[in-house]
Amino acid sequence: MSSRINIHTVAMWMLPVLLLAVYLLPLAGVFGWSVSRPEAGLENYARVLTDTDTLNILWRTARICLTVTVVSVMLAYLMSYHWVYGSPARKFFMELCIFIPFWISVLIRAFGWVVILRNKGIVNTFLLDLNLIAEPLTLVRTEFSVILGMVHFMVPFAVFPIAASMRQIDARVLLASRGMGATPGFTFWNVFLPLTIPGVLASAIIVFVFALGFFITPAILGGGKIVMVAEYIYIQMFQTANWGFGAALSIFVLAIVGALAGLLFKVIRPERLVN
Amino acid sequence: MKPIQNLQSLSLWIAVYLTGLFMLFPLIAVIPVSFTPKRFLSMPQGEWSLRHYKALFSDEVWLASISDSVFVALISSVVATFLAVSFTLGLWFRQPRFGPVLVGFSLLPMAVPPVVSAVIIYFLEARIGLLDSYAGLILTHVIMVTPFAVIVMLTATARLEKSLELASRNLGATRMQTTFMVILPNLKFGIFSAWFLSLVLSWEEIAVTLFVSGIDVITLPKRIWDGLRLNVDPIIAAVSVLLMVLTTIAIIAKTVHEYRQKK
Repeated sequence: MSSRINIHTVAMWMLPVLLLAVYLLPLAGVFGWSVSRPEAGLENYARVLTDTDTLNILWRTARICLTVTVVSVMLAYLMSYHWVYGSPARKFFMELCIFIPFWISVLIRAFGWVVILRNKGIVNTFLLDLNLIAEPLTLVRTEFSVILGMVHFMVPFAVFPIAASMRQIDARVLLASRGMGATPGFTFWNVFLPLTIPGVLASAIIVFVFALGFFITPAILGGGKIVMVAEYIYIQMFQTANWGFGAALSIFVLAIVGALAGLLFKVIRPERLVN
Repeated sequence: MKPIQNLQSLSLWIAVYLTGLFMLFPLIAVIPVSFTPKRFLSMPQGEWSLRHYKALFSDEVWLASISDSVFVALISSVVATFLAVSFTLGLWFRQPRFGPVLVGFSLLPMAVPPVVSAVIIYFLEARIGLLDSYAGLILTHVIMVTPFAVIVMLTATARLEKSLELASRNLGATRMQTTFMVILPNLKFGIFSAWFLSLVLSWEEIAVTLFVSGIDVITLPKRIWDGLRLNVDPIIAAVSVLLMVLTTIAIIAKTVHEYRQKK
């Protein structure tokens, strides 16, 4: 073999070159669509920021994503705590609750919530049998069901950075706090919690970004009634064939995610969260 | 030491188990529905039936989707693993100064929201005429899962001592021999993990698949999606239960395999 061509150099460049061709160039093409269809100009972007329907959807998306982020991070904090510090039995139980849902398809998990929440579902049958309600409650196709399904999807992702930050805490610091007379509550709020803040922030940003671009769960549990921005893009591309507007919305979402990712790298050093 | 003793109080204990129930309940709820004797979604009352499992295995449409999914997932996972292994190995040998930039770039499809990736890949495949074809779907899955394989491989190569290469070269091995007979065998565990993750992710991929296929090639997740959107049939519950069982077996098999490797 000729030694002038280093196989390691070739190996290293294969993936980046492929991605340049099949990902970055098409991204430029999508940007091209957003400023050229149906006609050249920034009309599509103006529409994103002024059209009432679009603004309503963006507002709903922001509201749902924030709720999902807050709830998921709180649940994840509780689960991480017991995963990291629990008794062996509880650790095992937490691992089951984190990893089994994590590996199971998002479709099946959304379907599970449909089975539970629909009009003839488990919750309504139970409440009707107990005569607590006379008419089945409308639980699917509501913002509530979308939030529930999304939280269920996001919790495992939220657990990993928080659990990592808890594992890095030096137990001696907590001992020192207790030794100097602080109560357990004071130690938690003033020592333990601040030390886990980088993990909490990372987890919140990850969940928010995921929630923003997510459309399987909202589409199934929102049933076309609770449309979020990702599903709205899908509708623009395939139902109304507004390619230019769909492309502009995509670039808009990408810009927000880019800004949030930048924040993630500024606020915390991500390399500390690996392991 | 448990840092805060009173966090173990009764109220938190209950909260933990409620959270656990919340995570597992939707998965468990699907199981009885799959055994209903009725034609529509319902809880079996007294009588349990396997009719929806039989229907699944005698329905050519579902079987075709399963074989499409297996085919696409097997090829995409092998290609994704190959790309990830050569990328991370190249980086490990060359250690270029712009390495972190290359890594960041190669992880892009994972960081970009799936719906945006879907629009990008739709644009690409509309241009080159690969929409709704096996080749197009494999390309899509390779783009989407390779970043995850890269992450697994980066952790694997980070544990590899650089002196291994020097020792091999000093003992007279060529660059090729060092790569294929010394370094790669030392990475086989990481390579297996990367392939396994790619396989599962491709088998479950739905967000981008929805945009680029749907008439000629219909993977299993796409078929389930159609069912959930159009007409929810207990057959979907049966598929879900089988997939959950398969996933659980795969995780257990992988854990056992890892355990044996470490021993």
